[in-house]
Amino acid sequence: MAKVKVAILGSGNIGTDLMYKILKNDGNMELALVAGIDPKSEGLARAKEKGIATSHYGIDEILEDSEIKIVFDATSAKAHQVNAPKLKEHGKFAVDMTPAAVGPFVVPTVNLNEHLEEMNVNLISCGGQATTPLVYAVNRVVPVHYAEVIATAASVSIGPGTRQNVDEFVRTTASAVQKIGGAKIARAIPVFNPAQPPINMTNSVYAVIKEEFDERAVIQSVESIAKEISKYVPGYRLKGSPIVDYRDTPWGRLPTVVIMNEVVGAGDFFPTYAGNLDIMTASAYQVGDVYAAHVLSVKEGAR
Amino acid sequence: MKIPRLTDTTLRDGDHAISHSYTPEQVRTIVKDLDEAGVPVIEVSHGSGLNGSTIQQGFSKHPELELIKVAVQTAKNAKIASLFVPGIGTSEELRKAADLGISIIRIAVHCTEADVTEQYFRLAKELGLEAVGFLMMSHTQPAKVLVEQAKLMESYGADCVYVVDSAGALVPTGVRERVSALKEALSIEVGFHAHNNLGLAIGNTLAAIECGADQIDGTLRGLGAGAGNAQTEVLVAVLNKMNIDTGINLAILMDAAEEKVAPIMKSPIVVDRDNLSSGYAGVYNSFLLHVKHAAEKFGVGVGEIMEELGKRQTIAGQEDWIIDVAVELANKKGVKV
Repeated sequence: MAKVKVAILGSGNIGTDLMYKILKNDGNMELALVAGIDPKSEGLARAKEKGIATSHYGIDEILEDSEIKIVFDATSAKAHQVNAPKLKEHGKFAVDMTPAAVGPFVVPTVNLNEHLEEMNVNLISCGGQATTPLVYAVNRVVPVHYAEVIATAASVSIGPGTRQNVDEFVRTTASAVQKIGGAKIARAIPVFNPAQPPINMTNSVYAVIKEEFDERAVIQSVESIAKEISKYVPGYRLKGSPIVDYRDTPWGRLPTVVIMNEVVGAGDFFPTYAGNLDIMTASAYQVGDVYAAHVLSVKEGAR
Repeated sequence: MKIPRLTDTTLRDGDHAISHSYTPEQVRTIVKDLDEAGVPVIEVSHGSGLNGSTIQQGFSKHPELELIKVAVQTAKNAKIASLFVPGIGTSEELRKAADLGISIIRIAVHCTEADVTEQYFRLAKELGLEAVGFLMMSHTQPAKVLVEQAKLMESYGADCVYVVDSAGALVPTGVRERVSALKEALSIEVGFHAHNNLGLAIGNTLAAIECGADQIDGTLRGLGAGAGNAQTEVLVAVLNKMNIDTGINLAILMDAAEEKVAPIMKSPIVVDRDNLSSGYAGVYNSFLLHVKHAAEKFGVGVGEIMEELGKRQTIAGQEDWIIDVAVELANKKGVKV
């Protein structure tokens, strides 16, 4: 079966977990190169061990290989700002896993198909991947006036990048809850819990509804999207059925759909509690795989 | 003995206890009295800090920035402080509060997560604010860990770091260990914030002062989250008896507590079963009203929810887990949710 060549840029933990996912699944992608900047990094050593070509010259070798069509950028927001135009110039589809958000936000179950002609898509944040589809699932049944998402992860799974810029997580995730989820007003709040043993990632969504609605239809819509997500994030599940609680809000006492979700990681490289990291690499995999299928079908059509 | 600086947080911690319903008029009245009494610092903001008006924490009835503005305009001598919790508040709200004229920002995180505060301490100092670190739920960690975390805050520019007994779960020996360790390790000031779940808010505050605490907190009538705090007017009376002269006028405080604050309260704050079980389980005090709501909705007991929240090692900001716990307990009992 024909496959599309891909590269991972960034040999840190995220890049490494993604590498194992690509190697594990027999999809539409062939991992051609893992590129980092530190020749001694554990990620590059692990790639070599798996027989994957590596480079420690950053983006350069990726750009030189015209066969590579998809690049997963697992570096940093700052680095991606620099990488993005280069990748575009060389005709490579960039899956941006950093908070740089150069391209549009994508969530595989919501809007990936709309963006297959883009050259750069962004994966929002862990909380964004987990919660925006839930808000979307409510909003496609009845308009969500206000959505608030609480993303809770184990302290040990939160890296220094996020810790030094909590503002960025809040802004990006809330913006995606509006753009992808469809909520008119949105808030996003992260919680880092240091419990031992570490907790699994859990998310809560509050969706405030201003009009009468069919509770059953909302619950079905949410349950069905959760099932869709669990196809590419196997540890994604709802904690019980969504419930409707009445809350005092600035818009009066209103029904609020409360959705609780848990994400257990696949344990490819990260420990299973780090569902917040797993959902990023699993979503990146899914975006890459769907895009690769698209590339292959376009080629097929051209023949 | 050193005279500690007293911060009255009736208008911040007390906000939890009255479901975030402070009016500009109430703020004006209480700030006026505290200021006249000579209380040096008055904290005003949503109970969960700037921008805390959310479903998770409870929506404010009146925009907090309006309340802060009134407080700043009313206080002649007292400095106005606000609480800030990274993730609930962002730089934007911090800037807005600074623009309104607050003098002090108290940056609060769970006591193991100090490294998320760097961006905000730096900004606070840039904005010319006094910046105080708040290590919440300090009972969960030994002194050694608190010292490491406090040192991070010091390195980011904190002027003071507080041992915060958010759950009211510390006893005086625990307070002494923690405050002494911070005093020894830091070159900046050290503070202590009490809750009264074990009936120890005043006692623990005295223990902190004995160990050299430079800053302490109180609320009029104890109006704070859950079991409330060290009662400001009682604290001043006790310190007077101990010949620690804060220079604060006790008579004005007593009148303010009796005539201005008591009428706002839904009921007196006492160490009842709910508050004791909360403190005993080591649960964050501002969960109380949310736990009561969930207990009623799902037909389970407040005490059993508290116990489970304690077991799960929940921290500030995890009000959503209350629902999760209540639903699970209800399911176990066969109550249909």
